[in-house]
Amino acid sequence: MIKVTNLSKRFGSKLAVDDLSFEVGKGEVLGFLGPNGAGKSTTMRMITGFIEPSAGSISVGGIDILKDPIRAKAKIGYLPENAPLYRDMTVVGFLKFVADLRGLTGGAKSQAVDKALETCFLEPVRHQSVDTLSKGYRHRTCLAQSILHDPEILILDEPTDGLDPNQKREVRNLIKRLGETRTVIFSTHILEEVEAACTRAIVIDHGHLVADGTPTELKSTGQSGRSLRVRIAGRHGGELVRELKSVEGISAVESVEEGTDYLVGRIRPGRNVGPYALAEAVSDYCHVNGLRIQEISREEGRLDEVFEGLTS
Amino acid sequence: MLALRNIWSIYKREMKAFFLSPIAYVIVIAFVFLAMLLCFWLGNILDSGDSSLSYSFFPYALIIMSMLAPAVAMRLWSDEHRDGTIELLLTMPAEPWHAIFGKFLAACSVWILALALCFPIVMTISYLGDPDPGPIWGGFLGAFFHAAACIAITMAVSAFTRSQVTCLIIAWAICLPLTFLGFPPLIPGMKDILGETGTTLLQSISPMKYALEMGKGFIRFSDVLLFVSICTVGLLITSIAIRARRA
Repeated sequence: MIKVTNLSKRFGSKLAVDDLSFEVGKGEVLGFLGPNGAGKSTTMRMITGFIEPSAGSISVGGIDILKDPIRAKAKIGYLPENAPLYRDMTVVGFLKFVADLRGLTGGAKSQAVDKALETCFLEPVRHQSVDTLSKGYRHRTCLAQSILHDPEILILDEPTDGLDPNQKREVRNLIKRLGETRTVIFSTHILEEVEAACTRAIVIDHGHLVADGTPTELKSTGQSGRSLRVRIAGRHGGELVRELKSVEGISAVESVEEGTDYLVGRIRPGRNVGPYALAEAVSDYCHVNGLRIQEISREEGRLDEVFEGLTS
Repeated sequence: MLALRNIWSIYKREMKAFFLSPIAYVIVIAFVFLAMLLCFWLGNILDSGDSSLSYSFFPYALIIMSMLAPAVAMRLWSDEHRDGTIELLLTMPAEPWHAIFGKFLAACSVWILALALCFPIVMTISYLGDPDPGPIWGGFLGAFFHAAACIAITMAVSAFTRSQVTCLIIAWAICLPLTFLGFPPLIPGMKDILGETGTTLLQSISPMKYALEMGKGFIRFSDVLLFVSICTVGLLITSIAIRARRA
């Protein structure tokens, strides 16, 4: 649905986006991760046709946004960063204006406006002026305009920014639900959000793509995600810690519980050692030295650790 | 069809924005009041015997207009930049020129209303004398073109800045001197300083000169073309500024 090929954007001497390529299909919710200033908003602005790329191409639903911007834009619903709104309008007036520009008329227009108001929980403020709304309502008003025309593609730039925890959860659930039948890209720097709502995530830093995968895949690339939790019996716990540390492929052993005849602990892999190689190294060592593995499992990875490793 | 629909949607929004806030009312009332006041006071309409309004009313009205027309148009793009709504507007399935045109027409409509509300002066002159309607209609047409030119200039300035105040000051700096160069009461003084040729030359760059020509009852194609060109250039610069900010 969205295909970004060798996309670059230069502002003066600064390269904001550098040769970025990725694809997002239907039914995918793509989390767009990266530190502030990594080029997330710039990329989204190029996909939505707001700014022109310096190089590269963007195809939206099979249409090149640079060659046929009107048809491509008609397929996209966009929530810009900071959720801008016309402050002199009422919520319903604003949505009707957007519906006009989206080509909705008559019954279809009022139906779409009512549905968007309902989906984004805006009923209580429908006749209120945008100027008097709280930040949460403003944000949802802008979100409502993005889904008004039931777009195939949704691009949401920090959709949960400035919302309270309940609203954040509601918006996340909404994104998840919308993503079942559409293509969604949303940017965030809240990592739990990626785990909660995304089917896939990409991480960009300094305009480069540094990682691409499902949240689980990404998590497994961090040191935690490659570590093992074990219970090994046959010797004193403290002794086992010392012994295991010297095994090739193991960088560290953290003890959780040390018994006279066993050890419960975490085994960290060395550089470039995968979780399977690590498990083999541990089991080989135990086999040769007459130790018994009573429990072995892979640690749950941590996205923040992966993020830190990729972007710092 | 798409273009018309988009222009109409943006026109409606801008009209609502003008008339839901006090700005349009304040400007229209201020214009009508000041134009009438100057017409009776400095224009001396009751003693001048000017039934075409081209000496007693229009020159003063156009001066007031060149101060107030930028105040109508200053928010057109600077607000979009300041509030970030330009990002919404330009990611809708509409061309930038649809938005530019819709906004321009809305600001022009405010001035059609302002000029229409000057009808008491026409009624007064009709009651007092037996005016020829041609020059009066021509004068109003000229005044409308003059307003449109001021709006186009201001709109181009507003596309470059996010501050309404900056936009207003720059637009005044362009519109006011241009208007004053064609202001009839200043012409004898200009001739003393610059001579006949210099004055004619300077006058020829003032839109007011051409607007007042229409008030004499001659609607020349070249004069209309001049105003259309000023507006076109203003809108083109707006479009270039918007494109440049997105590049």
